[in-house]
Amino acid sequence: MPNYERIEVNDVDGVTLVRFVQRKVVDAEAISLLGDELFGLVEGKRGVKLLLNLEQVEFLSSAALNKLIVLDQKIKAAEGTLKLCGLRPEITEVFVITRLNQLFDIRDETTAAIASF
Amino acid sequence: MDQSWKWTHATKIPSDTAVARELLNQLLLKLEEFGWDEQETFGIHLALEEALVNAIKHGNRLDPNKEVEVDVRISNTHFKISIADEGDGFIPEDVPDPTAQENLESPSGRGIMLMRSFMSTVSFNDVGNRVDLSKERNSSESELI
Repeated sequence: MPNYERIEVNDVDGVTLVRFVQRKVVDAEAISLLGDELFGLVEGKRGVKLLLNLEQVEFLSSAALNKLIVLDQKIKAAEGTLKLCGLRPEITEVFVITRLNQLFDIRDETTAAIASF
Repeated sequence: MDQSWKWTHATKIPSDTAVARELLNQLLLKLEEFGWDEQETFGIHLALEEALVNAIKHGNRLDPNKEVEVDVRISNTHFKISIADEGDGFIPEDVPDPTAQENLESPSGRGIMLMRSFMSTVSFNDVGNRVDLSKERNSSESELI
């Protein structure tokens, strides 16, 4: 298992569960590294089931949202599924304002989200 | 508007997002000091993050010879900031609506709409290289100028 700086990765019932370790996802270098780590999880893999738990995240910028959109595209292109869970109310608001709640499958709680794949 | 500002600050920063973030953290501390709550501060934080990154990356294109001019005013009830870069500017109306169905999967164009969503007013100068943002406490409605 590779070492990750920005995420924690676990396999739960065939679902790759990813937790962000940063509270704030804003710095360009950090976002770039985060993107590399996320993309590395899915590249070359078909049918991946990925659940991103964002409960640690207090703040994220549009640059971070863009990484999630590209991640979603990569996963869909390889017939996989991406879901998000654990969003704080203010982060949920950002997804609603940008209508990205319509692009992403967003669940409240981790266990139920894993069961939904 | 006749406003009794509690703190005003005018500065020029280099085209460096790390320096911008230091300034942003300073502003957030001031907002806290003047009693702005977490939810209001979150919105201002997000809007300023987007505006400063736009000025540095898209305006000045990270050119170390160019600066970003910032003028900020804070009171207990009002927040106002002007952010100007040395770039060629842009036409805000030309930025595609990121919430349109055909643009939902496009990984760009959300910065300006986040500014407009979380601030009371957002306006650009004619050239498009200066943005003025303001926020009234307990006001989340954005007014386009």
